[in-house]
Amino acid sequence: MNEIDLSVNVGPLKLKNPIMLASGTVGYGNEISEFIDLSKVGAIITKSISLKPRKGNPPQRITETPSGMLNAIGLTNVGVEEFIKTKIPFLEKLNSTLICNIAASSIEEYVECVEILNSQESIKGFEINVSCPNVREGGLIFGNDINNVGKITEKVRAKTSKPLIIKLSPNTSNIFEFAKVVKKEGGDAVSAINTLVGTSFNIYTRKPKIKNITGGLSGPAIKPVALAKVLEISRNVDIPIIGIGGIMDWKDAIEFMIVGASAVQLGTVNFINPKAGIEIMDGLINYCKQTSTNKISDLISSRILE
Amino acid sequence: MFIEDFKINSNIKIAENTFVIGVESNQKVDDLKPGQFFNIQVSENYFPLLRRPFSISDVQENKIFFMYKIVGEGTQILSKKKVGEKINLLGPLGNSFNLQDNFENLILIGGGIGIAPFPFMIKQICDKNLKVLYGVKSKNEAHNFGLKNVIYSSEDGKIGIKGNVIDLLDEELKNLEFEKTKIFACGPNAMFRALQKYLSDKNILCEVSMESAMACGFGICQGCPTEHKNSDSYKLICKDGPIFNIRDIVI
Ligand SMILES: Cc1cc2nc3c(=O)[nH]c(=O)nc-3n(C[C@H](O)[C@H](O)[C@H](O)COP(=O)(O)OP(=O)(O)OC[C@H]3O[C@@H](n4cnc5c(N)ncnc54)[C@H](O)[C@@H]3O)c2cc1C
Ligand SMILES: Cc1cc2nc3c(=O)[nH]c(=O)nc-3n(C[C@H](O)[C@H](O)[C@H](O)COP(=O)(O)O)c2cc1C
Ligand code: FES
Repeated sequence: MNEIDLSVNVGPLKLKNPIMLASGTVGYGNEISEFIDLSKVGAIITKSISLKPRKGNPPQRITETPSGMLNAIGLTNVGVEEFIKTKIPFLEKLNSTLICNIAASSIEEYVECVEILNSQESIKGFEINVSCPNVREGGLIFGNDINNVGKITEKVRAKTSKPLIIKLSPNTSNIFEFAKVVKKEGGDAVSAINTLVGTSFNIYTRKPKIKNITGGLSGPAIKPVALAKVLEISRNVDIPIIGIGGIMDWKDAIEFMIVGASAVQLGTVNFINPKAGIEIMDGLINYCKQTSTNKISDLISSRILE
Repeated sequence: MFIEDFKINSNIKIAENTFVIGVESNQKVDDLKPGQFFNIQVSENYFPLLRRPFSISDVQENKIFFMYKIVGEGTQILSKKKVGEKINLLGPLGNSFNLQDNFENLILIGGGIGIAPFPFMIKQICDKNLKVLYGVKSKNEAHNFGLKNVIYSSEDGKIGIKGNVIDLLDEELKNLEFEKTKIFACGPNAMFRALQKYLSDKNILCEVSMESAMACGFGICQGCPTEHKNSDSYKLICKDGPIFNIRDIVI
């Protein structure tokens, strides 16, 4: 039997396979590379980087929920300068497709970050995080404003010709409108979804379990929501979608592709099984063999709705 | 670091709600250090989702032992595991207690299940003048699994002295020269707070093993920060710790 073709295109971004590792769940690559050969996955996406370093939120930052977890990390990161100085050299050596995720508190800051990073050859694309639920400035309130999302896309687009992905928030009732704006302003793709706002209380102390009170919900608990958001965008807007949310195994990854995702990102599963990226890829190959699918890209949006 | 399925060899109750699980690998497990921990997958499905961290309590050739207390869903599931079943370990994680320094006297302080890393540690410091101060809530919780030279304190006074480990330490230090003595402690934050206060005016070295809610255990989620007196940024308990100098931590 022929080799299965696992490659996919996400707009102009060419990936050797559809498995990407999600921002905030691989750090800057060094720790997780002890477990997984990062050159084998389609792409890795850095923890959100901002112009200046961010210390992040005070503990307790995470708590477990039924089949999920809440986090309020608060975009802890080393800042763009330190990132270039100490993190890029390692990431370059990985021989992996590197996507840089950027967070900011103002449109100007997004633009400045992209401007600084654009000359780094190893960075193959940008993912703009307009959807972090855990920071006051530049987080959800910002990213939930359709005009802001449009402007960020437009201004960042003007500064880079590299693939530009906007990571959308599910904490809105009309995610497809956001995807529409991204397309209109020249974005190449959207990532869906970031975490859902959630909270959890201790019934004895009556206090919230995480210091920030609310956090971002991730893990298998959010998969049906994420699938519905991917479907919503796919049915209404002609733009490549990267599916994210609760993917734990190869079956989940296939489901996202069938529903409309051109590629998928693994998040929380990396904490539990840092080898998941490779294991899921093996699962995809087996599925393709089983179903006589020669090109995995044939699965994209192959859903049958009636 | 590795991720590997281990076979369960034993899972025995040693005191109230307290168990020791022994797991075996096909290969020899070496290079494990006292104070390090493993992230154990207690459930095969997504409930509970995250791995649970447990200190290494003992190592014998290809076997590793973990002492644990049932506090919630995950540890409950662990206590029901049967001999012969497989369980997945990720580790070894974290830094370790520094046993290299040349101190004449070593004092190990365990608060409740905080006693867990000490049996492994004791094996490597056998020629020292060693005391284990073990604070428990009640007599039923106390045991001497792998421990020696143990002095107990309990809240109800039914075993050892009535009081806490700080009372025991105060008594113990009366006969010792501070410069020749080192303390290792593991237990709840409330104990560290009391210990930090008690030691603040004494020139004595003390390493503590801290706890935190953790998602990954190896530095990728940023979920386990702790404020550190000598740093502007947070330290990660899973990677920079779990062992810290008591003078450096903010609790
Ligand atoms: C580095 C490290 C080493 C540890 N070593 C041991 C050990 O050797 N033996 C042992 O019994 N326990 C140890 N713990 C604590 C152990 O990980 C928790 O008790 C366990 O995760 C609880 O899981 P659960 O599902 O039973 O409880 P959950 O249902 O998750 O929680 C029940 C209760 O336990 C508390 N809890 C949960 N996680 C932790 C935690 N990480 N630290 C403190 N309290 C927690 C919760 O706040 C809650 O009150 C260690 C923790 C760390 C971080
Ligand atoms: C601990 C943690 C940190 C995260 N940090 C970021 C981040 O810095 N930037 C970002 O765009 N998304 C971040 N995310 C969101 C993930 O990239 C992903 O969108 C989300 O977790 C849903 O996928 P999952 O259910 O597979 O985890 C984070 C998620 C978690 C759990
Ligand atoms: S538990 Fe993930 S960084 Fe410490």
